[in-house]
Amino acid sequence: MTINPNTPNPTTRKPLSVLKSHLHAACAATALLLATGSLAQAADLNALIWCDHADPALLQPFEEANGVKVNVKEFEGTGAGMAIVEQSQPGDWDVMVIDSIDIPRGVEKGLFEPLPDDKLPLADLFPQVKMDSYTVVDGKRYGITEKFGYNTIGYNKTKVDLADMQSLAALTGDKYKGKIAIYDYYLPVIGMAALAIGKKTTELTEADLPAIKQELLKMKANAKLVGEVTASQTALATGEVDILVGGGEWVTAGLAKENPALDFSIPREGAVLWSQSLAMFKDSKNKDTALKFIQYIMSPEGQARLATSACYWGMPANTKAALSDEQKKILRFDEQPDFLARAQPYPAPDADLDKKMQDVWTEMLQAQ
Amino acid sequence: MNSATNSGRALPRAGWALVTPALGWTLLFFVLPFVAMGFSSLTAHDGGGFTLANYGQFFTNPAYWQAMVNSLQVTAIVTVVSVLLAYPFAWILAEQVPERWQRLALMLAVLPFWTSYVVRSYSWLLVLAQNGVINRALTGSGLFSEPLQLANTRLATVIGFVHFFVMLLTLTIFANLKQLSPSYRKAAADLGAGPVRTFLHVVLPLTLPGIMVGAFLTFVLCVGDYITPQILGGNNELLMPQLVMMQIGRRGDFPLASALSIILMAVVTIAYLACARWLKIERA
Repeated sequence: MTINPNTPNPTTRKPLSVLKSHLHAACAATALLLATGSLAQAADLNALIWCDHADPALLQPFEEANGVKVNVKEFEGTGAGMAIVEQSQPGDWDVMVIDSIDIPRGVEKGLFEPLPDDKLPLADLFPQVKMDSYTVVDGKRYGITEKFGYNTIGYNKTKVDLADMQSLAALTGDKYKGKIAIYDYYLPVIGMAALAIGKKTTELTEADLPAIKQELLKMKANAKLVGEVTASQTALATGEVDILVGGGEWVTAGLAKENPALDFSIPREGAVLWSQSLAMFKDSKNKDTALKFIQYIMSPEGQARLATSACYWGMPANTKAALSDEQKKILRFDEQPDFLARAQPYPAPDADLDKKMQDVWTEMLQAQ
Repeated sequence: MNSATNSGRALPRAGWALVTPALGWTLLFFVLPFVAMGFSSLTAHDGGGFTLANYGQFFTNPAYWQAMVNSLQVTAIVTVVSVLLAYPFAWILAEQVPERWQRLALMLAVLPFWTSYVVRSYSWLLVLAQNGVINRALTGSGLFSEPLQLANTRLATVIGFVHFFVMLLTLTIFANLKQLSPSYRKAAADLGAGPVRTFLHVVLPLTLPGIMVGAFLTFVLCVGDYITPQILGGNNELLMPQLVMMQIGRRGDFPLASALSIILMAVVTIAYLACARWLKIERA
C-alpha cells in the first residue's frame, strides 16, 4: 500500500480542519440535494388539500394522463391552511382545497388567481352549490365548488327511533343521553345549534352566542365524546354511540357496505350545508397544469372518484358525475333537491366573531 | 515553558471544536426557536405591535385556565400512580429475579416501547370501548349489567399514560437499585433493623434520586403530551397541549399558541426547580 505524501494523515489532522472539511462536504451535498429538489418541484403540482384528495385512486389517473406528480399536503380547517400558506414562499403551492365560504378570505389576502368560467363545467353544477356569492368576488371567479354535503344528524337506524331523528330537539333531550357523539368542528355544530334555536346560520351575531352556548352545553351533557373525523366516525361505526351530531353522508356513505344501518336525516329545523372548493394560487408556477387539475377534478370521472374517496364520501358538485346507481343510492343523490332546499350554509363569521365562536366551543369542551 | 503554553492553548481549542456541534445544535434548535416563540407570544394574531394580550387571555379566560388545572391534575395522578406501580416492579426485577433472567425480564418490561405510540393509544381505546375486552369481561361475568364508560374519559387518558410511564420509571428505578451496594443493607441488619425498617430508612432514601429522575421525566413528557388525551380522552376535557394545538390547527394563531407554550414551559421549569436537589448528576 502506498501513501500519497500530499494526503494529510487523518491521525495528525487538527479536529477543526477535519470539521471544516466535513462541513464543506455537507454543504456541497446539501446544495446538490436542493438543486435536484427544485428541479423536481418545477415538474410537479403542489396541492394543499383535504384528506379526500390524497386518495391514489383519484390522483393516479391525472398523474398518468399528464405526466406530472401531484405533491399533496393535507390540512384541516381554513385557519390551518392559511397558516401553511403564510409560512410558505410565493409559488410553493399551485392549488388549494378550501371551504367555499372562505374563498373571499383568500382573495382578500391576494392569494388566488381568477379562474376562466368558459373552461369549467359551471352549467353542470347543482345550482345551490355554485355559491357565487362566495366563489365570485368583484365579478371574477376565484373558486369552484367540487364537493358538498351536510352536517346534520348521523345515526344508526337500528338503535334510534327514526321519528326522533327528524328534529334537532332529540339531541338535547334525555332519551339518547350517553349515546351521542359530537363532531369536533365548531362552525357546523354551532350552525346546528343556531338552527335548533331558530336562527339563520348566515345571520349570526355576537348577541346570539349565549343562547347558542346553552344549546351546545345541553348537547355536551348528552355526549359521550367530542371527536374529530376518525374518532367520531369510529364511535358511530363501532356502536360506542348511536348518534353523531354534525354527521352526514360524509360519515355514513363510506361505511355503507360494512354497516348499512348507518344513515342520516335532514331534520325539520334544517341542516348545515358544507361545500368545498378548489382555488388556484396567483403565484403558481404551473398555472396550466393547475387548471388541468381543476378541470380533471370537475370532470364526471374526477367527480365520481372524489365523491367516493377513501377518506370520506360526499356529494359531487357536478350533476353529471359518473357514479354507479348503487353509489348514487348510498349518497341519496335523487333526494338532493329537497335536502338542498332545507339546508343552510356554513356560518361565515368575520375574524372577531370567529374568535368568539371558538371561545364558546372551548368552553363547551371544558364543560363537565 | 513554550511547549506547556502551546499545549495549554491547544487543549481549549480542541475542546471548543468538540463542543461546537452541541452548542450549535442547541442554539439552532432550542435557543433560536425559543426566542422566536417568545417574540411571537408578544405579538397580536392580526398584526400590530407589542402586546401582552395573549398572556392576559390565558389568565382571564376560565376555560384556558382550566386546561392548565386539568393538565396538572392528570400529570400528578399519572406520576404518583406510575411511581407506585413501577417501584415494586423494579424492586422485584432487581432483587428477586435471578441475575441471568434480569436482561430478558427487562426486555419484556419495555416491550410495549417497541409499538408506535399512536397505535398503542388506539389499542387502549379498543380495549376500553363499550364493546371492548374489559367491558365484555365485566358484563359477561355478571359483575355489571351495563358496560361502564371507560373510553373517552380522564380515566382512559390516565391508563394510557401510566402504561407508558411505568416502563420508563421501572428502568430508572431498576438502574438505581442495581447501583445500591449490598453493604448498606448488611450494615442496617447488623445494627438491628428489620427488612421494613431497612427499606424505609436505607433503601428508599438512597433510591430517591432514581425515583425523582423518573418522576420528573414522567412529569415533563406527560404534561406536554397531545396524542394520549386526544385519542383516549374523547375531548371531554381539554389539556394544555390540546389547547395549544387548537390555536394552531383552527385559527393559525401562532402568537397565542406560543404564549400558552411558554406558560407550559414555565410550569415545567418550576417542576425542575422543585426536583433540582435530586436531579443533579453527581458521583460521590
